[in-house]
Amino acid sequence: MTATRSDDAVPGDSQWPLWEVFIQPEPGAPHEHCGSLHAVDAEQALLNARDVYARRNEGVNLWVVPSQWITGSTPEDVGPFFDPANDKAYRHPQFYKTPRGVKVF
Amino acid sequence: MSVPEFLLRLSDDRLILGHRLSEWCGHGPILEEDIALANISLDLIGQANLLLELAGKEEGRGRTGDQLAYFREAVEFRNALIMELPRGDFGFTIARQFLVSVFGILHLERLSQSRHGDLAGIAAKALKETRYHARHSADWILKLGDGTAESHRRVQDAIDELWRYTGELFEMDDLERALAGDGLAADRAELREPWRAEVGRVLAAASLKMPADGFMQRGGREGRHTEHLGHLLAEMQIVARSFPGAEW
Amino acid sequence: MSSDAPSPDDPKRTAEFEARIARGDVIEPKDWMPERYRRQLIRMMSQHAHSEIVGMLPEGNWITRAPSLRRKMSLLAKVQDEAGHGLYIYCGTETLGVDRHELLADFLNGKAKYSSIFNYPTLTWADVGVIGWFVDGAAIVNQTMLAKASYGPYARAMVRICREENFHKRQGYESVATLARGTPGQRAMVQDAVNRWWWPSLMMFGPNDKDSPNSAELIRWGVKKKSNDELRQRFVNLTVPQAQAVNLTLPDPDLRYNEATGNWDFGQIDWDEFWAVVKGDGPCNRERMAARRKAHEEGAWVRAAAAAFAAKKRAAAAGAAA
Repeated sequence: MTATRSDDAVPGDSQWPLWEVFIQPEPGAPHEHCGSLHAVDAEQALLNARDVYARRNEGVNLWVVPSQWITGSTPEDVGPFFDPANDKAYRHPQFYKTPRGVKVF
Repeated sequence: MSVPEFLLRLSDDRLILGHRLSEWCGHGPILEEDIALANISLDLIGQANLLLELAGKEEGRGRTGDQLAYFREAVEFRNALIMELPRGDFGFTIARQFLVSVFGILHLERLSQSRHGDLAGIAAKALKETRYHARHSADWILKLGDGTAESHRRVQDAIDELWRYTGELFEMDDLERALAGDGLAADRAELREPWRAEVGRVLAAASLKMPADGFMQRGGREGRHTEHLGHLLAEMQIVARSFPGAEW
Repeated sequence: MSSDAPSPDDPKRTAEFEARIARGDVIEPKDWMPERYRRQLIRMMSQHAHSEIVGMLPEGNWITRAPSLRRKMSLLAKVQDEAGHGLYIYCGTETLGVDRHELLADFLNGKAKYSSIFNYPTLTWADVGVIGWFVDGAAIVNQTMLAKASYGPYARAMVRICREENFHKRQGYESVATLARGTPGQRAMVQDAVNRWWWPSLMMFGPNDKDSPNSAELIRWGVKKKSNDELRQRFVNLTVPQAQAVNLTLPDPDLRYNEATGNWDFGQIDWDEFWAVVKGDGPCNRERMAARRKAHEEGAWVRAAAAAFAAKKRAAAAGAAA
């Protein structure tokens, strides 16, 4: 990420890359972002994630992803991305009426 | 009396190594690793705690785990010498952890089949933890061995220095032979070849040399320790011994 | 990250930003923010992270001497958590476009501050319990507020930290209570520790509001929700009954309940001592910094080795693919 700094006493002692950590809280649940950490490769990122983010039985599975490989939408995207969904009520079940008398559907 | 004596060998290995690792807390090379070393230390001290309690129970003299940890003299400790050596640099700590953890997996796999139910239960729990310790330390052996010239030199020096303390891990005496014969303990000597194979595999992958077996230091199982243990215990036991009869 | 942000002084955008804060919006890393907000957050969050890391040292001093295996494990787990908390907050700070390496360099070069409390020595085993009770208690008061901070990554780190720190205070208070009902020697030891840590703990909340230049701005921007003095008073109100419950005396002759306000009034804090410690003349400032520098310097070859290893593997993989 950062080039070697001039004040480093040891060549190559620069910042290790940043990884994002996702944890599955219980079997069958989706993975959730729980934080980030630094590691030089995937194995180390996974081991560090276990030690940093799963010390208290927080989950059953971990994903680690280099932060630089995550592409996110921007605040400017909010309008075009999400507002158009506001008036599409027909995508939700409440939009539709069930004939009177049908209790279980 | 042989079962408590055997349990002390197992517990003291873990207590003393866990203590050495705990000295890293706040002083690790990077935050992530500080946390990892503390986790391993906590696993080992937790295992020691269970084993010491069990040793006290088997002994039948009413001694608790804490009494066994805090009120025995150095010559009464039964850990292998490798556990008590000062923590050294990070390379030394990792090299020791790797050598000991690979042994620990092999030993615990068998102890988890012990006819002694309580011991088998503790061993099964410890086995899972130790598999992680081995994976973590092996990953570092690869990185240090195949990292920079300096890291290669440091970790090779550590392995060379530690090698003469590894023989003791596989030593059998009459006590353990008898227990192994009864299905309570395991034959350590049988673990030597699988240990060499696994250690050799990782060292080769890390472009490190496996030292030749030469003279092996020994004596821990009979309480003949290095001078380091007395200092470690002086620190560990000072508060407990300064307040006789106190609860904490 | 922020380098492509529009002019930081743009008054229109600043007004929009402040309107968002006023609405209670949570600010996320890619959102536009005034440069001053970003800088204040970096300053405050990195100080907080440095404090967690330095905070490992005074208690870590007793891990190898803990008097029972149970206490040894809980203390080690607690100090380990401090490393985790430092890590969470550093990662939160990194979302503002700085990296941890730079933050650590500023800290190790003495350019960044950390909480003054950690410049006091831990002299007896009782200090460990009292720190858990007072220092973690004070930290929880502060961090419960910060869990509602306007900056999302900071608030989320605080939520996680608060959840974990509850055990810290509990283990501290439990240890204190055990000592307080223990042998005369234990009791004397814990009262002495209370005497030494009480006033520095009150100082943790920072200067009085009138002397705290950053506070007003941080409150206006929703980073802080309460002032230093409000938080300090809350801590005193929580702690006095806890001290009474275990028959320990807080070393303040002016401490008394005020019926009118419902607060425990307390005496004058020695601000000269506070500023001396902040400026580097506390009992352990030099030792703390020296210990952190030593760990960093001795770890340099390890960090460089891992980076070199990964670079070799990447090069080999690229070579194989080519």
